[in-house]
Amino acid sequence: MSTILKATNIVKYFYEPEKFQVLKGISFDANKGEFLSIIGKSGCGKSTLLYILSTMDTDYEGTLEINGQKTTGQGQNQLAHFRNEHMGFVFQFHYLLPEFTALQNVMMPALKLAKYSPDEIEHRAIEKLRLVGMDEYAMKHASKLSGGQQQRVAIARALINDPTVIMGDEPTGNLDKANSQKVFEIFKQLATENQQTIITVTHDPDFANGSDRIIEMEDGHIIGTHFPNGEHS
Amino acid sequence: MNWKLAFTIATTHLLSKKKQTIIAMLGVTFGISMFIIMISFMTGVNQFLEDMAMDNTPHIRIYKPIELREEKIIAEGQPQTDKNWYVLEHQRPKNELSKIKNGLIMGQRIEEMPEVLGVAPEVSSQVFFNNGPVQIPGTISGIDIPSEEKLFSLDKKMDEGSLEELQKGSDVIVIGKGLAKKMNAKVGDRVSVTTPSGNNLNVRVVGIFSFGIAAWDETKSYATLATVQKIMGVDPSYITDLNMKLKDKEGAVEFKKKLQQMYPDAYMEDWETANASILAGTKIRNIMTGVVCITLLVVAGFGIYNIMNMNIINKMKDIAILKATGFEGNDITAIFLLQSLMIGIAGGIAGLAIGWFFSYLLSRTPFPAGEFFRISTFPVNFKLFHYMSGLFFGFLTTLFAGYFPSKRAAKVDPVLIIRG
Repeated sequence: MSTILKATNIVKYFYEPEKFQVLKGISFDANKGEFLSIIGKSGCGKSTLLYILSTMDTDYEGTLEINGQKTTGQGQNQLAHFRNEHMGFVFQFHYLLPEFTALQNVMMPALKLAKYSPDEIEHRAIEKLRLVGMDEYAMKHASKLSGGQQQRVAIARALINDPTVIMGDEPTGNLDKANSQKVFEIFKQLATENQQTIITVTHDPDFANGSDRIIEMEDGHIIGTHFPNGEHS
Repeated sequence: MNWKLAFTIATTHLLSKKKQTIIAMLGVTFGISMFIIMISFMTGVNQFLEDMAMDNTPHIRIYKPIELREEKIIAEGQPQTDKNWYVLEHQRPKNELSKIKNGLIMGQRIEEMPEVLGVAPEVSSQVFFNNGPVQIPGTISGIDIPSEEKLFSLDKKMDEGSLEELQKGSDVIVIGKGLAKKMNAKVGDRVSVTTPSGNNLNVRVVGIFSFGIAAWDETKSYATLATVQKIMGVDPSYITDLNMKLKDKEGAVEFKKKLQQMYPDAYMEDWETANASILAGTKIRNIMTGVVCITLLVVAGFGIYNIMNMNIINKMKDIAILKATGFEGNDITAIFLLQSLMIGIAGGIAGLAIGWFFSYLLSRTPFPAGEFFRISTFPVNFKLFHYMSGLFFGFLTTLFAGYFPSKRAAKVDPVLIIRG
């Protein structure tokens, strides 16, 4: 199995309200097609780590390599382009653009990348919506959808550019049992069928136990790694 | 940068918040429409005053002024010795004829020059008018009627009677409206004209004119050259003024210099010097218009600045998500700058329409100008240039007002927003 993400000795400080070391040298790899969960108590630094992995937070020490490319030290615009092409995001709060339809929301990152023609992007977007079971709501405005529906549209948006890595910050944190289950199944399917790497931060033990590997954090350290479904699944 | 995508997002944002967009637009609309109204009216007034003055003002006037000699009379006459010399202080003007030497021939020569539209010779004098016992001071100008008509359209200033009768009759004059009122003289009445040197002639009034300038209408009268020469008791070559119009009035100062070289003895005055007060008024009105317009646009600009700032604060989440999914800082700037520019252009065009509408109304509004002004409605100019510059300044204002908030939007840190 090939390594898709490699974090080496990540150290991060917060300066407000006073200097405080959040991450104390985190190193780990993630493989292609792996479904990875990061768990830990509030304040253990797991979300901070995720935003560093996502390349949005650039203020850290250590090195990060994604898809064979060193992202540490790159400029904001380069990183934006990199995220656009290689990464998908799903957040706890759904963060769709409320003025646009579900379809437009999904198409947005692809229109930015402009790898395909707008017609083809629309076609692909509908396909992604179908994958998350939201194709019949394509023309609805994002603000008119329920929480679970919005989250699924957000997943479709994360998938539109066929990213290598999909990151989730408590993607089920705001959803009921049934919707959580749906989201989990979609992630599972992406990892096994599309060989996309999934890294999520979660509080949900069921969600974590369904993933391939759990990384447990405490006080800025990794304190344990579990394989809930056996070492090599 | 993907302008088309930025444009789509910008328009969607604007259309989804119609009320806010319209309020932002109204600021620009108001500014630009006031700009158009102000500038149309002010330039209209300037144009009107200038036309009124220029109609009757020669571009260059050659005349013979009453002047003091600069030199001291005694000192010149008696070369100074060491102690024994005199200087005559406070000398009086010398009694000289105010005629221009060879005036008519000079006029003909100048008329042949390519820059010149025409030359109208004139002989004028201070006079007293009598209709009954009271003497009313005024002036009488002997004119060459065809050239006066051609150059100063005197025929169009006639309220009663006509210049033809002035041409045909002998011992006839036309007088100003105000003068006629003072003397209670009507067309057909006889009035007596007395020159300062005591010559007197009884003349018949055959017409009444009005220039729309009270000071002129209350003092001026016209007759033929020959009539005035007769009243003054001078020979037919006696000319006091040569009034000329040029093909290009802006070249008057240059042309005056050229003429001055040809006729070093003649005294010349160009229209800019003669109308210095009107030109100063024009300048002051232009400055006022400029200040008011800039103020209006700046106020509109601050309006847009505030609304865009608010807009960006409201859209923080969207900006964060766009950046997270791969939009660069420049894309974000483009989105918000485009919004600002669209507000500016749409508001500006609406402002032009409203400005045009109100200046049209103004141009139809009766103007209480009094009986002297030859004007019935407010003077308003309609110039494409004003409309173009209105749109341009509206564009510029919104560009500035939108730039800083948009730059700020580009700097939003997505992590801060998404993590809350």
